[in-house]
Amino acid sequence: MRDDHLITAKQLSREDVESVLDRAAEFDADPAAFGDRHEDAILGLCFFEPSTRTKMSFETAIKRLGGDTVDMGTVESSSVKKGESLADTARVIEGYADALVLRHPSQGAAKMVGEFVDVPLLNAGDGAGHHPTQTLLDLYTIRENAGLDDLTIGIMGDLKYGRTVHSLAHALTNFDADQHFVSPESLKLPRSVRYDLHEEGAMVREHTELEEILPSLDVLYVTRIQRERFPDENEYQEVAGEYGIDLETLGPAKDDLTVMHPLPRVDEIAPEVDDTDYATYFEQAHNGVPVRMALLDQLLEGDR
Amino acid sequence: MSDHQLRVSKIPRGTVIDHIRAGQALNVLAILGIDGESGETVSVGMNIPSDRMGHKDIVKVEDRELSQDEVDVLSLIAPEATINIIREYEVAEKQYLERPERVVGVLSCPNHNCITNADEPVETKFDVLDDGVRCEYCDTIVREDLAAHIAVE
Repeated sequence: MRDDHLITAKQLSREDVESVLDRAAEFDADPAAFGDRHEDAILGLCFFEPSTRTKMSFETAIKRLGGDTVDMGTVESSSVKKGESLADTARVIEGYADALVLRHPSQGAAKMVGEFVDVPLLNAGDGAGHHPTQTLLDLYTIRENAGLDDLTIGIMGDLKYGRTVHSLAHALTNFDADQHFVSPESLKLPRSVRYDLHEEGAMVREHTELEEILPSLDVLYVTRIQRERFPDENEYQEVAGEYGIDLETLGPAKDDLTVMHPLPRVDEIAPEVDDTDYATYFEQAHNGVPVRMALLDQLLEGDR
Repeated sequence: MSDHQLRVSKIPRGTVIDHIRAGQALNVLAILGIDGESGETVSVGMNIPSDRMGHKDIVKVEDRELSQDEVDVLSLIAPEATINIIREYEVAEKQYLERPERVVGVLSCPNHNCITNADEPVETKFDVLDDGVRCEYCDTIVREDLAAHIAVE
């Protein structure tokens, strides 16, 4: 497998992260100034699951760099519908593109495809597994708002199926960050993530109530309880709506608390929070473009 | 002649898996894909008194030597076992099990949403941990009842 596939945030050292974030800051300062940087570069978009932010930010990023995309379209309109394997689909599309972006509902899909293709592959979410490019834009947002060291962060919601959480938790072990995990018992971090955090020497502090730790937090990262990941609807109904925040909930928080969410949200953050200084989730989503520009720039530069 | 040798007679050629943790013999048969229909002559001893282990199981399979994949999986559920290759009624080779760093193509992943359970051209790969195994694709850690996930044909 190529070294420059990005499959999981576990691959990222502190130096890797800082390199991407520093470059992202350059693109962020003037995103329209790099339109001739990767002329003729083609990015292959392989999205086997719905996506708005991730897909559109990758499209915008490559176009800002002067490149373009080829897109397999929806699963229903592709050869997947005819029964083609993921491995075959990816091997075909790599012939059309200089790099691939893959989103797939099965865990481990990106790792498997990485074993079959020779162009760089970016994992844009594999089921409940990993989402490392989201993590880079999360880290960029955290660095801009709260700094990445001497940080106390609460990560709340669906920690079991939340791939953005898994990747963020891994990446934060590179920094001086106290991580607190808030979830219902049934949605606690998976055993494998806790194992990795222990291996990295990180303290895993788990809570069921946000108020236990809210006053100490610099960042609160909220995630959606993902109905579509639950094998059992009853299990979903037991926890749905329990972990929402509004202005009253945030009463005991620090004035400079940064509230993040990978979006889409359903009812986890009340709209009344949107107009406060806490709300950083739309800025977070916008940061997907400069961060993905930086990542693509690095990958395509390496291919020259 | 010791007690267990009286209970389970010598075989002319094949494999004797000795010092299996008591209660694991049937799982060993599962690893070897022995279900009684393939025609092999198999002798099984269970809960045999053992100086070293208190009680142990033993499996003798005639006319068959084990593959490395089978040995690797055996090492996960029966790490104390010894494998004796028998030729002409004598022990021709004795092998002590070592835990491998990974096992390939011999366990199935219990996570139904793992890509290895989709219809893709990929073998399962598990890293061996101190107290279990971990799927290299979906990260699922399996600590209990490894024998239930054996996919050896």
